[in-house]
Amino acid sequence: MTIPEGITDNLPGTWPKGTSGRKRIIRTSDISQALGFLALVLCIIFALLFLGSIVYFITSRGMAVISWEFLTEVPRRAMTKGGVAPAIVGTFYLTVGAMAFALPLGVACAIYLCEYSPGSVAVNIIRLSINNLAGVPSVVFGLFGFAVFVKVFGFGVSILSGSLTLGIMALPGIISASQEAILAVPQSYREASLALGATHWQTIKKVVLPTALPGILTGVILNVGRVAGETAPILFTAATFYTRGYPDSVFSEVMALPYHIYALMTEGTRPEVQTAIAYGCALILLALVLAISAAAIILRQRQRISYGS
Amino acid sequence: MAPETKICAQHIDFFYGRTRALKDISLDIYANRVTALIGPSGCGKSTFIRLINRMNDLIPGTRVEGKIIMDGLDINHPRTDVVDLRRRVGMVFQKPNPFPKSIYENMSYGLRINGMKDRNFIEQRVVSALKKAALYDDVKDRLHESALMLSGGQQQRLCIARCLVVEPEVILFDEPCASLDPISTRKIEELILELKKDYTIVIVTHNMQQAARVSDYTAFMYMGELVEYDLTEKIFTVPKERMTEEYLSGKFG
Repeated sequence: MTIPEGITDNLPGTWPKGTSGRKRIIRTSDISQALGFLALVLCIIFALLFLGSIVYFITSRGMAVISWEFLTEVPRRAMTKGGVAPAIVGTFYLTVGAMAFALPLGVACAIYLCEYSPGSVAVNIIRLSINNLAGVPSVVFGLFGFAVFVKVFGFGVSILSGSLTLGIMALPGIISASQEAILAVPQSYREASLALGATHWQTIKKVVLPTALPGILTGVILNVGRVAGETAPILFTAATFYTRGYPDSVFSEVMALPYHIYALMTEGTRPEVQTAIAYGCALILLALVLAISAAAIILRQRQRISYGS
Repeated sequence: MAPETKICAQHIDFFYGRTRALKDISLDIYANRVTALIGPSGCGKSTFIRLINRMNDLIPGTRVEGKIIMDGLDINHPRTDVVDLRRRVGMVFQKPNPFPKSIYENMSYGLRINGMKDRNFIEQRVVSALKKAALYDDVKDRLHESALMLSGGQQQRLCIARCLVVEPEVILFDEPCASLDPISTRKIEELILELKKDYTIVIVTHNMQQAARVSDYTAFMYMGELVEYDLTEKIFTVPKERMTEEYLSGKFG
């Protein structure tokens, strides 16, 4: 077949002359589509701009004070010299401690709610309460932690009290993420397992949980950032402005990055030096959250590969 | 020689909430025979076979009346060990449902949940079940790859093999070829004919030709009732009920 002559004389994207086609016209629907698309692109740019400017400001202001000494040494001369190593270590312990407490408890609650609970009114009230727990202001958790863990249980102002308080704060998020992940496991997997003569618990342990794990880890990732960055819950339960060295047990009080930033910005006598250090701390906090999240993401990815989904 | 009765259902009624899905079903399922259940969608055939391994227990708000006796055991008795029952009565589902694990893990699952730890023994049983399901040659070089990499037909044969590993006595097939192409379907049908030497088989199918090809006995169900149950050749050549004849000749369905 040959291409008829003259066909290339057309304007691009129009039918040749003399055919039944019409000239391309611009319709209102084309315009509204273009505008809608533009609006969406602008929204994305706007969101990225916010994120980018936060990272840019923190990095540009914080980089100046970052040095090996800053990362590895204890503070000296009323916070204006030395490093913030104890605060980094403290935040790491508090975050890991909170997750070590909230993850097993949260997953267990989610398993009960999804797999075992009868769909009764009582269970719906439990669900509702858990969701409401997520909306409680963090300072309230701080007061609760102080009253219960520090005073009643007698753990004192310590890593243990702080971790438990942060853990309870993270609990609703972990429970709802785990519930969603467990409910997303296809019913056909459960049926396959039960039909082979597995018990309900074996099915949960060997089929449901491994399949739900990536979703559960997503919940962990989202909560790590929140837990690591919270100030109010550790204010009365774990954090202290200054320690000479590193915590030696779970009953030690600790320095923590968010609280350290707060202290640097509100107390002390040399605000110009302290502000720079505060930005440095903020940068480290960002990096720490990113590192813990990255670890969880890698774990999730591995799990996805090994389960072939 | 009259075949031995393996499962005997007596006056089965089944309710989803207030809906009566099965109405007074009584039928005998014979050992080492293939029994097909046919009928239009929603006639209760899947509901019926899911009663045999008590899979309907998983659906809240359901109730069963009547008795199903297998080898003298009352399946619905509250003290019947459901886990043990399901080990004896395997099931292959409509959609292939391998676990998102490796082929080998899928196969060994049934043994490991039964507490078997001897690796050699497990491997031996896995290989022999894969061979029985005519899948071994397809997968022998990639036993440790994800089962989800297999084609639909291979996945379904894997599900059959997975069910054979635990050495059940009865295998229930719930429309096993519904999502498969004709070539895969033929392989599954050949497999079913091979398996009936060792197992009692019940198959639910939409496909009347499939019932004619694989089964020894056919039950025709309509709106929760058992219309006719007889030798397959009789049902397909000289049905007693007019409704059976009309369904088989495509007048409705």
